[in-house]
Amino acid sequence: MKIKSKIIDAESLDRTLRRLAHEILERNKGADPIALVGIRTRGEFLARRLAAEIREIGGRDLEIGFLDITLYRDDLREKLTQPILKGTDIAFDVSGKNIVLIDDVLYTGRTVRAALDELVDLGRPSSIQLAVLVDRGHRELPIKADFVGKNIPTSAGEEIKVMINEIDGEDAVYIVERG
Amino acid sequence: MPLENRHLLGLDGVPRRDIQLILDTAKSFREVLERPIKKVPTLQGKTIVNLFFESSTRTRTSFELAERRLSADVVNFSAEASSVRKGETLKDTARNIEMMKIDMVVIRHAAAGAAHFLSKVIGANVINAGDGSHEHPTQALLDMYTIREKLGKIEGLKICILGDISHSRVALSNIFGLLTMGAQVSVCGPKTLIPREIEKLGVEVYYDTDRAIKSADVLNVLRIQLERQDRSFFPSIREYRQYFAVTKERLMKAGREIIIMHPGPINRDVELSSDIADGEQSVILQQVLNGVAVRMAVLYLLGTGG
Repeated sequence: MKIKSKIIDAESLDRTLRRLAHEILERNKGADPIALVGIRTRGEFLARRLAAEIREIGGRDLEIGFLDITLYRDDLREKLTQPILKGTDIAFDVSGKNIVLIDDVLYTGRTVRAALDELVDLGRPSSIQLAVLVDRGHRELPIKADFVGKNIPTSAGEEIKVMINEIDGEDAVYIVERG
Repeated sequence: MPLENRHLLGLDGVPRRDIQLILDTAKSFREVLERPIKKVPTLQGKTIVNLFFESSTRTRTSFELAERRLSADVVNFSAEASSVRKGETLKDTARNIEMMKIDMVVIRHAAAGAAHFLSKVIGANVINAGDGSHEHPTQALLDMYTIREKLGKIEGLKICILGDISHSRVALSNIFGLLTMGAQVSVCGPKTLIPREIEKLGVEVYYDTDRAIKSADVLNVLRIQLERQDRSFFPSIREYRQYFAVTKERLMKAGREIIIMHPGPINRDVELSSDIADGEQSVILQQVLNGVAVRMAVLYLLGTGG
């Protein structure tokens, strides 16, 4: 992995998440109930942190769940490496909820498409919104985020690497060269 | 990290890592089975044929449900064993399957080695759903999943398989799988139904049911095949019941909780008394539920990836 630059450090990750928490609360004012659903792997940890921020600034305890979209991927046939299932874990009924879907990077939009399909198989949410830490462009599907931590224009030869303390040992976002 | 083999023919020689992967993957599918829509699009566009040369409602239904819940297209082919001329016909069937562009085949056959044979002559992934008295790997995997779910582990547990060991593919697959996972395995039954030299596989042999129960954490009670009665492996059902049936009295003597399993269908009050089959220690119905999840895991692991 060849690092080209560090886009977000630990401090600005905290700040970004706080801002996203404010925006989510603002947008959903009076529109109860909200629930957060993180897309595994890193979306899970971002969802946990956003839930903590929202508890702190809004005094609201939101329901939180995690989605493993592997079974809904459109490239399972072509994949040379088989993804290990981490399992979907949503203990509440999604029907009637305003779901905020959370992922680390928005790129082609295919992961979000899979997540939307899986969510509607679980029930009928009132609405689904999308929050991402980084939007790097290059969409292949008509999908747009409602909440964006940072827009980072990239080239196809680059990759965005989001590091989360809980699993990567640091909080940071890098642009790295694909290879 | 895919499985080592692109077929599941048996558990003999399957590495621990692969068994672990199947059991871990099955956990995700147990969650899918709790959803309002118990179906995922994972195997969309794949065609699976269930090739049953021996009748089996239970295993076939479980496989078919697993396949449909993964969105595969399913074709059922059943043939009475008597009408099938072994070898030649199986090869012809295999050729036909090839021509029909089938992706995976689930086969049950009265002849040991039928699944192995099929895997050598066709390009599709082959899953053994029981070949004679040889192996029945998905049954053993669902048994192991159920044990792990109930007791949290497999390693170090003492598991006793009780009944007709000689004619049981369930017993053999369980022995291979459980030993690989680090369990201590014993078998118990009448001498006429225990294969000679089975100790060489690394299992303990009991002919005394009370002693066998006393040393076990889990009892896997096999079905006594009443249809084999005419070959007099034991004098009478009454006598079998007297010496080998798992009953409340026998379990009380052990003085501690023992998990009861049975691959079904049960001969109530022959190998297993009704109160025990329906009792709190019984996980027999969980086995059925877990069977679908475990088969989904196997189909997923064999049916996706490069």
